[in-house]
Amino acid sequence: MKQYAYFPGCSLEKIALSYHLSAIETTRKLDVELKELDDWNCCGATAYFHVDELLAYTLCARNLAMAERVGLDLVAPCSGCYKNMYFTSAHLQRDPDLAEHVNFALEEDNLHFSGKTAVRHLIEVFVNEVGLDEIKSKVSHPLRDLRVIPYYGCQILRPRKDHENVEEPQFFEGLLSAIGADPVDYPHKLRCCGGSLIITNRLAALSMVRNLLQSAVDCEAAVIATACPMCQVNLECYQQQINQEFGTKFFMPVVYFTQLVGLSFGIPPKRLGIGSELVSATPVLSWIQKSKQEN
Amino acid sequence: MATKPDFSQEVSNLLYASEGNPLKRCIQCGTCSGTCPVAGFMDLTPRRLIAMINAGLKDEVLASNTFWCCASCYHCTVRCPSNIDIAEAMYALKRYSMWKNQYQEGLIGPIFSETFVKMIVKSGRSYEPVLAPTYIFSYGIREFFQEAYTATNLMLKGRLPVLPPRIKRLENFRRMIGRIIPLGDLT
Repeated sequence: MKQYAYFPGCSLEKIALSYHLSAIETTRKLDVELKELDDWNCCGATAYFHVDELLAYTLCARNLAMAERVGLDLVAPCSGCYKNMYFTSAHLQRDPDLAEHVNFALEEDNLHFSGKTAVRHLIEVFVNEVGLDEIKSKVSHPLRDLRVIPYYGCQILRPRKDHENVEEPQFFEGLLSAIGADPVDYPHKLRCCGGSLIITNRLAALSMVRNLLQSAVDCEAAVIATACPMCQVNLECYQQQINQEFGTKFFMPVVYFTQLVGLSFGIPPKRLGIGSELVSATPVLSWIQKSKQEN
Repeated sequence: MATKPDFSQEVSNLLYASEGNPLKRCIQCGTCSGTCPVAGFMDLTPRRLIAMINAGLKDEVLASNTFWCCASCYHCTVRCPSNIDIAEAMYALKRYSMWKNQYQEGLIGPIFSETFVKMIVKSGRSYEPVLAPTYIFSYGIREFFQEAYTATNLMLKGRLPVLPPRIKRLENFRRMIGRIIPLGDLT
Protein backbone atom coordinates (compact mmCIF):
# COMPACT_ATOMS: atom_id res chain seq x y z
CA MET A 1 0.00 0.00 0.00
CA LYS A 2 1.37 3.39 -1.02
CA GLN A 3 1.36 5.99 1.73
CA TYR A 4 1.33 9.77 1.64
CA ALA A 5 1.52 12.52 4.23
CA TYR A 6 -1.94 14.00 3.78
CA PHE A 7 -2.32 17.75 4.25
CA PRO A 8 -6.11 18.30 4.22
CA GLY A 9 -5.98 22.07 4.67
CA CYS A 10 -8.49 24.16 6.62
CA SER A 11 -11.34 23.97 4.08
CA LEU A 12 -11.54 20.19 4.21
CA GLU A 13 -12.26 20.25 7.92
CA LYS A 14 -15.72 21.73 7.39
CA ILE A 15 -16.83 23.61 4.31
CA ALA A 16 -15.30 20.95 2.02
CA LEU A 17 -15.73 17.96 4.31
CA SER A 18 -17.25 16.03 1.41
CA TYR A 19 -13.94 16.38 -0.47
CA HIS A 20 -12.13 14.90 2.52
CA LEU A 21 -14.59 12.01 2.91
CA SER A 22 -14.53 11.15 -0.79
CA ALA A 23 -10.73 11.45 -0.96
CA ILE A 24 -10.34 8.95 1.87
CA GLU A 25 -12.97 6.55 0.48
CA THR A 26 -11.67 6.52 -3.08
CA THR A 27 -7.95 6.29 -2.28
CA ARG A 28 -8.66 3.36 0.04
CA LYS A 29 -10.15 1.49 -2.92
CA LEU A 30 -6.99 2.27 -4.87
CA ASP A 31 -4.71 0.88 -2.20
CA VAL A 32 -3.41 4.32 -1.28
CA GLU A 33 -3.26 5.47 2.32
CA LEU A 34 -3.57 9.16 3.10
CA LYS A 35 -2.02 9.53 6.56
CA GLU A 36 -3.02 12.88 7.96
CA LEU A 37 -0.02 14.98 8.89
CA ASP A 38 -0.03 15.40 12.66
CA ASP A 39 -0.54 18.98 13.87
CA TRP A 40 -0.47 20.59 10.43
CA ASN A 41 -1.03 24.34 10.20
CA CYS A 42 -2.81 26.56 7.66
CA CYS A 43 -0.90 27.05 4.38
CA GLY A 44 -1.66 30.76 4.41
CA ALA A 45 -3.99 30.86 1.42
CA THR A 46 -3.19 34.11 -0.36
CA ALA A 47 -3.28 36.27 2.75
CA TYR A 48 0.17 35.50 4.22
CA PHE A 49 1.73 36.43 0.91
CA HIS A 50 -0.04 39.78 1.01
CA VAL A 51 1.54 40.56 4.35
CA ASP A 52 4.97 38.96 4.58
CA GLU A 53 6.61 36.60 2.13
CA LEU A 54 9.13 35.18 4.58
CA LEU A 55 6.40 34.38 7.10
CA ALA A 56 4.40 32.69 4.34
CA TYR A 57 7.32 30.42 3.45
CA THR A 58 8.01 29.60 7.09
CA LEU A 59 4.44 28.53 7.78
CA CYS A 60 4.37 26.29 4.70
CA ALA A 61 7.83 24.93 5.51
CA ARG A 62 6.64 23.74 8.92
CA ASN A 63 4.26 21.32 7.19
CA LEU A 64 6.91 20.24 4.68
CA ALA A 65 9.39 19.58 7.50
CA MET A 66 6.83 17.44 9.33
CA ALA A 67 6.16 15.40 6.18
CA GLU A 68 9.91 14.96 5.81
CA ARG A 69 10.12 13.68 9.36
CA VAL A 70 7.63 10.88 8.64
CA GLY A 71 9.45 10.21 5.37
CA LEU A 72 6.46 10.57 3.05
CA ASP A 73 5.57 12.73 0.06
CA LEU A 74 3.01 15.41 0.86
CA VAL A 75 -0.40 15.37 -0.81
CA ALA A 76 -2.73 18.38 -0.81
CA PRO A 77 -6.30 18.10 -2.12
CA CYS A 78 -6.70 21.91 -2.25
CA SER A 79 -5.10 23.68 -5.21
CA GLY A 80 -4.22 26.72 -3.09
CA CYS A 81 -2.45 24.64 -0.45
CA TYR A 82 -0.74 22.65 -3.19
CA LYS A 83 0.59 25.73 -4.95
CA ASN A 84 1.86 27.26 -1.71
CA MET A 85 3.57 24.05 -0.57
CA TYR A 86 5.01 23.33 -3.99
CA PHE A 87 6.61 26.73 -4.44
CA THR A 88 7.81 26.99 -0.86
CA SER A 89 9.64 23.73 -1.35
CA ALA A 90 11.03 24.82 -4.73
CA HIS A 91 12.18 28.25 -3.52
CA LEU A 92 13.79 26.89 -0.35
CA GLN A 93 15.66 24.25 -2.33
CA ARG A 94 16.95 26.83 -4.78
CA ASP A 95 17.87 29.49 -2.26
CA PRO A 96 20.06 28.28 0.63
CA ASP A 97 19.94 31.70 2.33
CA LEU A 98 16.16 31.62 2.41
CA ALA A 99 16.24 28.03 3.69
CA GLU A 100 18.70 28.97 6.43
CA HIS A 101 16.48 31.80 7.59
CA VAL A 102 13.37 29.62 7.58
CA ASN A 103 15.18 26.76 9.32
CA PHE A 104 16.28 29.16 12.06
CA ALA A 105 12.58 29.77 12.78
CA LEU A 106 11.65 26.09 12.46
CA GLU A 107 14.12 25.25 15.25
CA GLU A 108 11.54 26.61 17.68
CA ASP A 109 9.34 23.65 16.80
CA ASN A 110 12.28 21.23 16.58
CA LEU A 111 11.86 20.90 12.84
CA HIS A 112 14.17 21.14 9.85
CA PHE A 113 13.51 21.49 6.13
CA SER A 114 15.93 19.84 3.74
CA GLY A 115 13.74 19.38 0.68
CA LYS A 116 13.41 15.59 0.69
CA THR A 117 9.63 15.58 0.36
CA ALA A 118 7.88 15.88 -2.98
CA VAL A 119 4.63 17.86 -3.08
CA ARG A 120 1.66 16.55 -5.05
CA HIS A 121 -1.90 17.54 -5.71
CA LEU A 122 -4.45 14.82 -4.98
CA ILE A 123 -5.52 14.65 -8.63
CA GLU A 124 -1.88 13.96 -9.58
CA VAL A 125 -1.92 10.96 -7.27
CA PHE A 126 -4.93 9.62 -9.14
CA VAL A 127 -3.68 10.38 -12.63
CA ASN A 128 0.08 9.88 -12.39
CA GLU A 129 0.83 7.80 -9.31
CA VAL A 130 -2.07 5.34 -9.36
CA GLY A 131 -2.71 5.64 -13.09
CA LEU A 132 -5.81 5.54 -15.25
CA ASP A 133 -5.60 1.80 -16.02
CA GLU A 134 -5.71 0.97 -12.33
CA ILE A 135 -8.63 3.35 -11.82
CA LYS A 136 -10.50 1.83 -14.78
CA SER A 137 -10.09 -1.62 -13.29
CA LYS A 138 -11.94 -0.50 -10.14
CA VAL A 139 -14.92 1.05 -11.95
CA SER A 140 -18.05 -1.00 -11.33
CA HIS A 141 -20.61 1.71 -12.12
CA PRO A 142 -19.34 3.72 -15.12
CA LEU A 143 -20.89 7.18 -15.32
CA ARG A 144 -21.99 6.49 -18.88
CA ASP A 145 -22.70 9.57 -21.02
CA LEU A 146 -22.70 11.89 -18.01
CA ARG A 147 -21.57 15.25 -19.36
CA VAL A 148 -18.98 16.45 -16.86
CA ILE A 149 -16.92 19.64 -17.06
CA PRO A 150 -13.29 19.11 -16.09
CA TYR A 151 -12.82 22.42 -14.30
CA TYR A 152 -9.11 22.79 -13.65
CA GLY A 153 -9.22 26.30 -12.19
CA CYS A 154 -5.88 28.00 -11.67
CA GLN A 155 -3.40 26.76 -9.22
CA ILE A 156 -3.04 23.10 -10.14
CA LEU A 157 -1.37 24.35 -13.31
CA ARG A 158 -0.36 27.91 -12.65
CA PRO A 159 2.20 29.26 -12.14
CA ARG A 160 3.92 26.65 -14.27
CA LYS A 161 5.60 24.06 -12.05
CA ASP A 162 7.62 22.15 -14.58
CA HIS A 163 7.16 21.77 -18.32
CA GLU A 164 3.49 20.84 -18.15
CA ASN A 165 0.99 22.05 -20.71
CA VAL A 166 -0.64 25.04 -19.04
CA GLU A 167 -2.78 26.09 -22.01
CA GLU A 168 -4.37 22.79 -23.09
CA PRO A 169 -4.04 20.18 -20.36
CA GLN A 170 -5.92 16.89 -20.82
CA PHE A 171 -5.33 14.88 -17.63
CA PHE A 172 -8.66 15.78 -16.01
CA GLU A 173 -10.49 14.74 -19.18
CA GLY A 174 -8.53 11.48 -19.11
CA LEU A 175 -9.61 10.80 -15.54
CA LEU A 176 -13.26 11.50 -16.34
CA SER A 177 -13.11 9.21 -19.38
CA ALA A 178 -11.57 6.49 -17.21
CA ILE A 179 -14.66 6.46 -14.99
CA GLY A 180 -16.92 6.26 -18.04
CA ALA A 181 -18.08 9.88 -18.06
CA ASP A 182 -18.20 12.17 -21.08
CA PRO A 183 -15.78 15.08 -20.48
CA VAL A 184 -17.17 18.31 -21.90
CA ASP A 185 -14.97 20.45 -24.12
CA TYR A 186 -15.37 23.51 -21.92
CA PRO A 187 -13.70 26.70 -23.14
CA HIS A 188 -13.32 28.14 -19.63
CA LYS A 189 -11.79 25.15 -17.93
CA LEU A 190 -8.69 27.18 -16.98
CA ARG A 191 -10.50 30.40 -16.14
CA CYS A 192 -10.30 31.66 -12.56
CA CYS A 193 -13.27 31.24 -10.14
CA GLY A 194 -12.39 34.49 -8.40
CA GLY A 195 -10.77 32.87 -5.38
CA SER A 196 -10.83 35.07 -2.29
CA LEU A 197 -12.28 37.96 -4.30
CA ILE A 198 -15.62 36.43 -3.34
CA ILE A 199 -14.96 38.20 -0.03
CA THR A 200 -12.72 41.11 -0.94
CA ASN A 201 -14.38 42.11 -4.23
CA ARG A 202 -17.76 40.42 -4.26
CA LEU A 203 -19.17 41.83 -7.48
CA ALA A 204 -16.05 40.98 -9.47
CA ALA A 205 -16.05 37.39 -8.22
CA LEU A 206 -19.78 36.91 -8.76
CA SER A 207 -19.42 38.18 -12.34
CA MET A 208 -16.54 35.80 -12.98
CA VAL A 209 -18.52 32.84 -11.67
CA ARG A 210 -21.60 33.89 -13.63
CA ASN A 211 -19.55 33.72 -16.84
CA LEU A 212 -18.30 30.26 -15.92
CA LEU A 213 -21.80 28.99 -15.13
CA GLN A 214 -23.30 30.50 -18.30
CA SER A 215 -20.65 28.81 -20.38
CA ALA A 216 -21.34 25.51 -18.55
CA VAL A 217 -25.03 25.81 -19.42
CA ASP A 218 -24.19 26.66 -23.04
CA CYS A 219 -22.10 23.48 -23.18
CA GLU A 220 -25.08 21.46 -21.93
CA ALA A 221 -23.10 20.08 -19.04
CA ALA A 222 -24.81 18.03 -16.34
CA VAL A 223 -22.27 18.77 -13.64
CA ILE A 224 -19.00 20.59 -13.00
CA ALA A 225 -16.16 18.61 -11.43
CA THR A 226 -13.55 20.49 -9.39
CA ALA A 227 -10.31 19.66 -7.65
CA CYS A 228 -10.28 22.62 -5.28
CA PRO A 229 -12.52 23.66 -2.35
CA MET A 230 -12.27 27.35 -3.24
CA CYS A 231 -13.58 26.67 -6.76
CA GLN A 232 -16.34 24.44 -5.39
CA VAL A 233 -17.52 27.05 -2.89
CA ASN A 234 -17.46 29.93 -5.36
CA LEU A 235 -19.18 27.98 -8.14
CA GLU A 236 -21.74 26.23 -5.97
CA CYS A 237 -22.44 28.03 -2.70
CA TYR A 238 -22.68 31.41 -4.39
CA GLN A 239 -24.99 30.28 -7.22
CA GLN A 240 -28.04 31.55 -5.42
CA GLN A 241 -26.45 34.97 -4.83
CA ILE A 242 -25.55 35.09 -8.53
CA ASN A 243 -29.13 34.29 -9.47
CA GLN A 244 -30.34 37.11 -7.22
CA GLU A 245 -27.70 39.56 -8.38
CA PHE A 246 -28.05 38.98 -12.13
CA GLY A 247 -31.55 37.53 -12.47
CA THR A 248 -30.20 34.23 -13.80
CA LYS A 249 -31.62 30.78 -13.08
CA PHE A 250 -28.56 28.63 -12.66
CA PHE A 251 -28.95 25.26 -11.05
CA MET A 252 -25.66 23.60 -11.88
CA PRO A 253 -24.34 20.90 -9.53
CA VAL A 254 -20.64 21.27 -8.68
CA VAL A 255 -18.92 18.27 -7.12
CA TYR A 256 -15.40 17.12 -6.35
CA PHE A 257 -13.74 14.78 -8.81
CA THR A 258 -13.30 12.31 -5.96
CA GLN A 259 -17.08 12.15 -5.50
CA LEU A 260 -17.56 11.16 -9.13
CA VAL A 261 -14.74 8.62 -8.93
CA GLY A 262 -16.36 7.24 -5.77
CA LEU A 263 -19.75 6.88 -7.49
CA SER A 264 -18.12 5.00 -10.36
CA PHE A 265 -16.54 2.67 -7.78
CA GLY A 266 -20.02 1.95 -6.40
CA ILE A 267 -19.41 3.72 -3.07
CA PRO A 268 -22.72 4.86 -1.53
CA PRO A 269 -23.27 8.63 -2.15
CA LYS A 270 -23.62 9.39 1.55
CA ARG A 271 -20.15 8.09 2.32
CA LEU A 272 -18.82 10.47 -0.34
CA GLY A 273 -20.42 13.42 1.40
CA ILE A 274 -23.06 13.82 -1.29
CA GLY A 275 -26.09 15.54 0.21
CA SER A 276 -24.27 18.52 1.71
CA GLU A 277 -24.51 20.62 -1.47
CA LEU A 278 -26.47 23.86 -1.65
CA VAL A 279 -27.22 23.08 -5.29
CA SER A 280 -28.55 19.55 -5.13
CA ALA A 281 -26.55 16.82 -6.86
CA THR A 282 -29.67 14.65 -7.10
CA PRO A 283 -30.01 15.11 -10.90
CA VAL A 284 -26.54 13.60 -11.27
CA LEU A 285 -27.44 10.64 -9.06
CA SER A 286 -30.70 10.00 -10.92
CA TRP A 287 -28.88 10.14 -14.25
CA ILE A 288 -26.45 7.50 -13.06
CA GLN A 289 -29.33 5.41 -11.70
CA LYS A 290 -31.20 5.66 -14.99
CA SER A 291 -28.21 4.78 -17.13
CA LYS A 292 -27.59 1.76 -14.90
CA GLN A 293 -31.13 0.48 -15.46
CA GLU A 294 -30.89 0.98 -19.21
CA ASN A 295 -27.73 -1.07 -19.46
CA MET B 1 27.72 57.29 -3.37
CA ALA B 2 24.60 55.32 -2.55
CA THR B 3 21.78 55.63 -5.05
CA LYS B 4 18.13 55.36 -4.13
CA PRO B 5 16.32 52.63 -6.11
CA ASP B 6 13.52 53.91 -8.31
CA PHE B 7 9.96 52.64 -7.81
CA SER B 8 10.22 49.94 -10.45
CA GLN B 9 13.39 48.59 -8.83
CA GLU B 10 11.76 48.79 -5.41
CA VAL B 11 8.85 46.65 -6.61
CA SER B 12 11.21 44.22 -8.35
CA ASN B 13 13.22 43.94 -5.14
CA LEU B 14 10.08 42.79 -3.34
CA LEU B 15 9.98 39.75 -5.62
CA TYR B 16 13.07 38.04 -4.32
CA ALA B 17 11.77 34.48 -4.66
CA SER B 18 10.42 34.99 -8.18
CA GLU B 19 12.51 33.96 -11.12
CA GLY B 20 10.85 36.26 -13.62
CA ASN B 21 12.36 39.26 -15.34
CA PRO B 22 12.27 42.79 -13.88
CA LEU B 23 9.26 44.96 -14.74
CA LYS B 24 11.55 47.11 -16.89
CA ARG B 25 11.51 44.32 -19.47
CA CYS B 26 7.80 44.92 -20.17
CA ILE B 27 7.15 45.51 -23.89
CA GLN B 28 3.61 46.84 -23.31
CA CYS B 29 2.01 44.16 -25.51
CA GLY B 30 -1.11 43.95 -23.31
CA THR B 31 -1.29 40.15 -23.16
CA CYS B 32 -1.74 40.45 -19.39
CA SER B 33 -4.68 42.84 -19.69
CA GLY B 34 -6.27 40.73 -22.39
CA THR B 35 -5.90 37.60 -20.27
CA CYS B 36 -6.89 39.00 -16.88
CA PRO B 37 -10.40 37.88 -15.81
CA VAL B 38 -10.71 40.84 -13.42
CA ALA B 39 -9.39 43.60 -15.71
CA GLY B 40 -12.89 45.05 -16.10
CA PHE B 41 -13.01 45.84 -12.40
CA MET B 42 -9.57 47.48 -12.20
CA ASP B 43 -8.95 51.26 -12.24
CA LEU B 44 -5.86 50.58 -14.33
CA THR B 45 -5.26 47.49 -16.45
CA PRO B 46 -2.16 45.43 -15.58
CA ARG B 47 -0.36 46.68 -18.71
CA ARG B 48 -1.02 50.28 -17.81
CA LEU B 49 -0.05 49.71 -14.20
CA ILE B 50 3.33 48.29 -15.21
CA ALA B 51 3.97 51.24 -17.52
CA MET B 52 3.15 53.62 -14.67
CA ILE B 53 5.43 51.76 -12.27
CA ASN B 54 8.22 52.00 -14.82
CA ALA B 55 7.49 55.72 -15.20
CA GLY B 56 7.85 56.11 -11.42
CA LEU B 57 4.26 57.27 -10.85
CA LYS B 58 4.23 55.81 -7.36
CA ASP B 59 1.32 57.70 -5.80
CA GLU B 60 -0.98 57.08 -8.76
CA VAL B 61 -0.09 53.38 -8.72
CA LEU B 62 -0.67 53.01 -4.99
CA ALA B 63 -3.98 54.88 -5.26
CA SER B 64 -5.34 52.33 -7.76
CA ASN B 65 -7.37 49.27 -6.83
CA THR B 66 -5.63 47.16 -9.50
CA PHE B 67 -3.36 44.95 -7.40
CA TRP B 68 -6.03 44.39 -4.75
CA CYS B 69 -8.33 43.19 -7.56
CA CYS B 70 -5.84 40.51 -8.55
CA ALA B 71 -7.23 37.04 -7.77
CA SER B 72 -3.74 35.46 -8.09
CA CYS B 73 -4.82 33.20 -10.96
CA TYR B 74 -1.39 33.56 -12.63
CA HIS B 75 -2.86 33.51 -16.12
CA CYS B 76 -0.90 36.65 -17.01
CA THR B 77 2.29 35.18 -15.55
CA VAL B 78 2.27 32.04 -17.70
CA ARG B 79 1.50 34.04 -20.83
CA CYS B 80 3.83 37.03 -20.50
CA PRO B 81 6.20 36.98 -23.51
CA SER B 82 8.77 38.95 -21.49
CA ASN B 83 8.63 36.37 -18.74
CA ILE B 84 7.61 38.84 -16.04
CA ASP B 85 5.90 37.24 -13.07
CA ILE B 86 3.04 39.72 -13.11
CA ALA B 87 0.87 38.03 -10.47
CA GLU B 88 3.85 38.06 -8.09
CA ALA B 89 4.33 41.75 -8.86
CA MET B 90 0.72 42.28 -7.76
CA TYR B 91 1.54 40.45 -4.52
CA ALA B 92 4.59 42.67 -4.10
CA LEU B 93 2.44 45.78 -4.52
CA LYS B 94 -0.04 44.46 -1.96
CA ARG B 95 2.78 44.00 0.54
CA TYR B 96 4.27 47.37 -0.35
CA SER B 97 0.97 49.18 0.09
CA MET B 98 0.33 47.48 3.45
CA TRP B 99 3.84 48.21 4.59
CA LYS B 100 3.52 51.89 3.62
CA ASN B 101 -0.07 51.92 4.86
CA GLN B 102 -1.01 53.64 1.60
CA TYR B 103 -3.90 52.09 -0.27
CA GLN B 104 -7.23 53.08 -1.74
CA GLU B 105 -9.87 53.79 0.87
CA GLY B 106 -12.70 51.30 1.24
CA LEU B 107 -10.81 48.22 0.05
CA ILE B 108 -11.60 45.02 1.95
CA GLY B 109 -8.43 43.19 0.85
CA PRO B 110 -5.88 44.77 3.21
CA ILE B 111 -8.03 44.39 6.33
CA PHE B 112 -9.04 40.87 5.37
CA SER B 113 -5.42 39.80 4.86
CA GLU B 114 -4.27 41.33 8.12
CA THR B 115 -7.11 39.69 10.06
CA PHE B 116 -6.38 36.37 8.39
CA VAL B 117 -2.72 36.44 9.40
CA LYS B 118 -3.57 37.43 12.99
CA MET B 119 -6.05 34.55 13.14
CA ILE B 120 -3.40 32.06 12.01
CA VAL B 121 -0.85 33.42 14.49
CA LYS B 122 -3.40 32.86 17.27
CA SER B 123 -4.62 29.37 16.37
CA GLY B 124 -2.61 27.94 13.46
CA ARG B 125 -5.79 27.20 11.51
CA SER B 126 -8.40 29.11 9.58
CA TYR B 127 -11.86 29.72 11.08
CA GLU B 128 -14.34 31.50 8.82
CA PRO B 129 -16.47 33.27 11.49
CA VAL B 130 -13.44 35.35 12.57
CA LEU B 131 -13.15 36.70 9.04
CA ALA B 132 -16.77 37.72 8.48
CA PRO B 133 -16.59 41.08 10.31
CA THR B 134 -13.79 42.23 7.98
CA TYR B 135 -16.22 42.51 5.10
CA ILE B 136 -19.81 42.03 6.16
CA PHE B 137 -20.24 45.58 7.52
CA SER B 138 -19.10 47.12 4.28
CA TYR B 139 -22.00 45.43 2.48
CA GLY B 140 -25.31 47.04 1.69
CA ILE B 141 -28.46 45.63 3.28
CA ARG B 142 -29.26 43.37 0.31
CA GLU B 143 -25.77 41.87 0.11
CA PHE B 144 -25.71 41.48 3.88
CA PHE B 145 -28.86 39.35 3.84
CA GLN B 146 -27.72 37.36 0.82
CA GLU B 147 -24.49 36.54 2.60
CA ALA B 148 -26.30 35.69 5.83
CA TYR B 149 -28.64 33.42 3.90
CA THR B 150 -25.74 31.55 2.27
CA ALA B 151 -24.03 31.21 5.66
CA THR B 152 -27.22 29.85 7.25
CA ASN B 153 -27.63 27.27 4.51
CA LEU B 154 -24.01 26.20 4.90
CA MET B 155 -24.52 25.93 8.65
CA LEU B 156 -27.61 23.76 8.15
CA LYS B 157 -25.62 21.47 5.89
CA GLY B 158 -22.94 21.19 8.56
CA ARG B 159 -20.41 23.03 6.44
CA LEU B 160 -19.46 25.81 8.87
CA PRO B 161 -17.37 25.19 11.97
CA VAL B 162 -18.86 25.92 15.36
CA LEU B 163 -15.66 25.93 17.40
CA PRO B 164 -12.39 27.43 16.24
CA PRO B 165 -9.81 24.73 15.52
CA ARG B 166 -6.28 25.13 16.85
CA ILE B 167 -3.04 23.27 16.46
CA LYS B 168 -1.45 21.37 19.36
CA ARG B 169 2.05 22.81 19.53
CA LEU B 170 0.81 26.37 19.52
CA GLU B 171 3.51 27.74 21.85
CA ASN B 172 6.30 26.46 19.60
CA PHE B 173 4.38 27.72 16.59
CA ARG B 174 4.18 31.25 17.95
CA ARG B 175 7.83 31.30 18.97
CA MET B 176 8.64 30.13 15.43
CA ILE B 177 6.69 33.05 13.97
CA GLY B 178 8.37 35.35 16.48
CA ARG B 179 11.68 34.60 14.79
CA ILE B 180 10.27 36.02 11.54
CA ILE B 181 8.04 38.94 12.51
CA PRO B 182 7.54 40.87 15.77
CA LEU B 183 4.46 39.58 17.55
CA GLY B 184 4.18 42.01 20.44
CA ASP B 185 2.33 40.43 23.35
CA LEU B 186 1.15 37.40 21.38
CA THR B 187 4.07 35.17 22.37
